[in-house]
Amino acid sequence: MIAAAQSAPEVFEQTFLLTRAKILEIAATLDRLDRAESAESVRSDPRFRQIQQGLEILLSDGFHRAAQVQELFSDRYDPNWMKKYLTTGERPILSPSVPH
Amino acid sequence: MYYIEPHIHMVSRVTDDYERIARMGCVAVSEPAFWAGFDRGSVDGFRDYFRQLTEFEPKRAGWSGIQHYTWLCINAKEAENVELSREVIKMIPEFINNKGVLGVGEIGLNKNTKNESIIFQEHVQLAMELDELILIHTPHLQDKLKGTRMIIDMLMSDRRVQPERVLIDHVEEHTVGLAKEEGFWCAMTLYPITKCTPSRAADIIEAYGDDRIMVNSAGDWGPSNPIAVPDFIQELRRRGHPESKIKKIVYDNPLEFFRQCKRFEFTPPDTLADNSEIAEPQKA
Repeated sequence: MIAAAQSAPEVFEQTFLLTRAKILEIAATLDRLDRAESAESVRSDPRFRQIQQGLEILLSDGFHRAAQVQELFSDRYDPNWMKKYLTTGERPILSPSVPH
Repeated sequence: MYYIEPHIHMVSRVTDDYERIARMGCVAVSEPAFWAGFDRGSVDGFRDYFRQLTEFEPKRAGWSGIQHYTWLCINAKEAENVELSREVIKMIPEFINNKGVLGVGEIGLNKNTKNESIIFQEHVQLAMELDELILIHTPHLQDKLKGTRMIIDMLMSDRRVQPERVLIDHVEEHTVGLAKEEGFWCAMTLYPITKCTPSRAADIIEAYGDDRIMVNSAGDWGPSNPIAVPDFIQELRRRGHPESKIKKIVYDNPLEFFRQCKRFEFTPPDTLADNSEIAEPQKA
């Protein structure tokens, strides 16, 4: 693993304004939603809850917030998917063009 | 700094883009077969596309001094049509030994469907029989984590698959560990909105190291930036990473992976001027 080449104060100085701008963009987007017609219907949209959960992840501690946000917005994985999808007869056939 | 663009769809870019990336230091591109923006109606459509990838694009790249490599397959989106997919897979051996072909790709999943999974495994079957490298597309957005797990499940269930001969592309924060832990090569795609930014890609490098990983622009006909790799180089420089580390990711690593292909021939840039085989631009 390559260590971060910069100190935390250096990273903070370089990213403070950018981070501030991104937070402002999210705040303004939420304001826009609230003042628009039928705001309540959006609040009941499961994706809105995902946004709220994503913001909660940002406030948590640790080194894996980005991965956690990615997982929040991901479909569920079923470890038994292959049994359901690839039953007998649907396994790969050998390509007839390939010499064996 | 010289770099290699390991995943870019130049058939959808103008000739000026070859010139632009060459001026930024790109010496070689690798172009996987992909979706053309519409579903093709017949195997002959793919035959013409494979000719474009193996005959014309190397010539067009050569006009800017860039070496062109390619990968062949039917992409995951069109793999939903199983009958057509099998016709295309059957045709791949006609082209696989052409100069510049690196293997089978970019195969993978799009919506994680049953048909996509079947055709993915048939591509892997072909690659194993022909002893070819594999380049894998992982799905976008909410489908990515599930699709990447499904792809790894399929690869790991085939004992013939050697992870070091497989590149899993479009990895992000939640999938890079899955690919690397199993010994696969992986790549990050620098693409506006739906994939990685240069700064996030640099974060992933800092977290997961610089072994068996590369970056690409995946430039295509959508909103994309064909000079995204130089942006990544600049981000690592800004953070103070040494040139040797940056070169490893954008030049040495793609070469190390590609060199596993028995047909791979590469002329290092310092001797490029002496290569008389580079095509001259065609006169109109």
